[in-house]
Amino acid sequence: MDNEPNNMKVALFIPCYIDQFYPQVGQATLELLTKLGCEVDFPLNQTCCGQPMANSGFAAASKDCDKNFVRNFTGYDYIVGPSGSCVLHIKEHLKDDQHPEETIHIRKHIYELTEFITDVLKKEVPNAVFPHKVGLHNSCHGQRGLGLSSMTERVLPAFSKPEQLLSKVKGIQLLKPVRNDECCGFGGTFSVFEEAVSVKMGKDRIKQHEANEVEYITGVDVSCLMHLEGILKRQGSKIKTIHIAEILNTEA
Amino acid sequence: MKDHATLAEEFIRDDARTNWHDETLWFVRQKRDKAAHGIPEWEQLREWASQIKNHTLSNMDRYLEEFEKNALDNGVKVHWAADATEHNRIIHDIIKSKGITRIVKSKSMLTEECHLNHYLEEQGVEVVDTDLGERIVQFRHEPPSHIVLPAIHLKKQDVSDTFHEHLQTEKGNNDPTYLTRAARVHLREKFIASQLAITGVNFAIAETGGVVVCTNEGNADMGTHAADVHIACMGFEKLIPKASHLSVFLRLLARSATGQPVTTYSSHFHKPRAGQEMHIVIVDNGRSNILGKADFRNALKCIRCAACFNTCPVYRRSGGFSYHTAVAGPIGSILNPNFDPKKYSDLPFASSLCGSCSNVCPVKIDIHNQLWKWRQELSKGGHLPLSKKIMMKGMAFVLGRPALYRFGGASARWVLRYMPFMVKFKINPWNKQREMPEAPRQSFRDWYIQNKKK
Repeated sequence: MDNEPNNMKVALFIPCYIDQFYPQVGQATLELLTKLGCEVDFPLNQTCCGQPMANSGFAAASKDCDKNFVRNFTGYDYIVGPSGSCVLHIKEHLKDDQHPEETIHIRKHIYELTEFITDVLKKEVPNAVFPHKVGLHNSCHGQRGLGLSSMTERVLPAFSKPEQLLSKVKGIQLLKPVRNDECCGFGGTFSVFEEAVSVKMGKDRIKQHEANEVEYITGVDVSCLMHLEGILKRQGSKIKTIHIAEILNTEA
Repeated sequence: MKDHATLAEEFIRDDARTNWHDETLWFVRQKRDKAAHGIPEWEQLREWASQIKNHTLSNMDRYLEEFEKNALDNGVKVHWAADATEHNRIIHDIIKSKGITRIVKSKSMLTEECHLNHYLEEQGVEVVDTDLGERIVQFRHEPPSHIVLPAIHLKKQDVSDTFHEHLQTEKGNNDPTYLTRAARVHLREKFIASQLAITGVNFAIAETGGVVVCTNEGNADMGTHAADVHIACMGFEKLIPKASHLSVFLRLLARSATGQPVTTYSSHFHKPRAGQEMHIVIVDNGRSNILGKADFRNALKCIRCAACFNTCPVYRRSGGFSYHTAVAGPIGSILNPNFDPKKYSDLPFASSLCGSCSNVCPVKIDIHNQLWKWRQELSKGGHLPLSKKIMMKGMAFVLGRPALYRFGGASARWVLRYMPFMVKFKINPWNKQREMPEAPRQSFRDWYIQNKKK
């Protein structure tokens, strides 16, 4: 396949909760991909990847979501979304028995935004400027599921696709918390069914970023950031959350 | 019975103690990391261990027969127990036939699983657990909260109080050396007096008929050396084909468990010494059932190192008792539903599915994938609360229909903007300790249609 972006048909996958509550993340993703030379299409009837139901034990009940996803995202070379977790769910679990070939194509060609930039476009984002102290939250599904970065548990060479992109942002001071890749405790419906543990994990994560005196916490998953933002706001903290697409989409 | 979420909430109420528990186990995880990173071939060792175990599971019948034959040739008596009841009865029969009253036991999670101590107590037989951590929790009539560090939920002063009550140590003396010495004197008396020693088994070797028991305290050796009868209890998945395979497993076990290069004592028991009797009890207790399930069989590769406990962000913050079972933590959450899906239907949900457990597992069990699969199994089997089922089916219905989803999304944003009190109440678990996200006027889709659509 020719990896020149203008020869690719790219579909934008905006997960349901980003569509409804974080439209600015969708906008930044679309603008960033356009800047990088992609022709991007947004299929208008997309809804949810089905993960909340599947992770709660009801994968079999969310067939309609799967079918709707296949209907919306068939016929593209690549599908790109600003959420490691939802992308991982599609990669691992999308199922539509009536359209097996289309389903396989989607599962193999769906990418999280940063890995799409580093691995498919093989580009840098040279013009972004973000003169702030930023803590990077490594989301588990992006990191351990999609392999966006190396993991502290494994004895393998170190790398990080999100860091690779952020390190080129002008003025940014990127700070790592201790326990660099511990879970924030969101975990989808885990955040409500195991509320006490979920919030405790989030609070601990925040403490580690606070120790670095960051102004922002960023990451590749809005869901983790939404959870951390909820706790930060309740605590009256000055730390803000911001999705990586919003940082990469800044300009001087 | 209280579920994991409720028990975890109770545990977390003591914030300082939760932090201490979390940090203590994180320290063990870091020691494990250091040990693993000290071996360049670590990932290769994991792969070998996984393959050896997979091979053994696929040829279990052959290796069990080989093991039994060689053990019998060595003069060991071999017993087969289909379940916990049979396991307990076999052991009691041996005790009864000899008229034995003084028994020591080194650590065995299998005997915890079978509730052996409780059973023997009911028969009027007292068993002394000789692993220090296990002895502490035994004094307190508590189960172990961790399979490698049974008393990890306790602090120095808790141990001091317990020893003051049971061993008459000075009240308020929390000095670990003082307390350990007191335990040592107490346990030595028990070792010398014991007539029968029960041990677990870490590895059973088919080609030799011998078993290997790993301890840091030497308590398995002290027990078996002093007693006239040794009973080793093992689940059948402890089997490995060859003695040379130990060179893979012994390098992985202690590094994964505590970050040590190897356990202080890796004791090989091949045959009874002159005048001693040695028994091996091989237990199924639901394991054949797991072996028959393609999605879950590789959980039987587990070597009980507890690395998944120490890395689990949920376990560290909810404690072992929140899992209400002998084998807690991530591995317990995928093993226990095999035994009783209804009773343990909460455990596969006691995880954020972060996947760290699968990464540390020295035998490459896909723990987090199995947690996900168990959720589907439990749902299919009707073991999940009706309220959850209704909620999920309702969500699936709305999210599977684009027009309904857009109407629902717009309504939710409208409610959040104009009637936030509808969702910002205490009973909403999101809102209890977190703010709801702010609701924008426009969805991304609305913005896209207005600004970008060609």
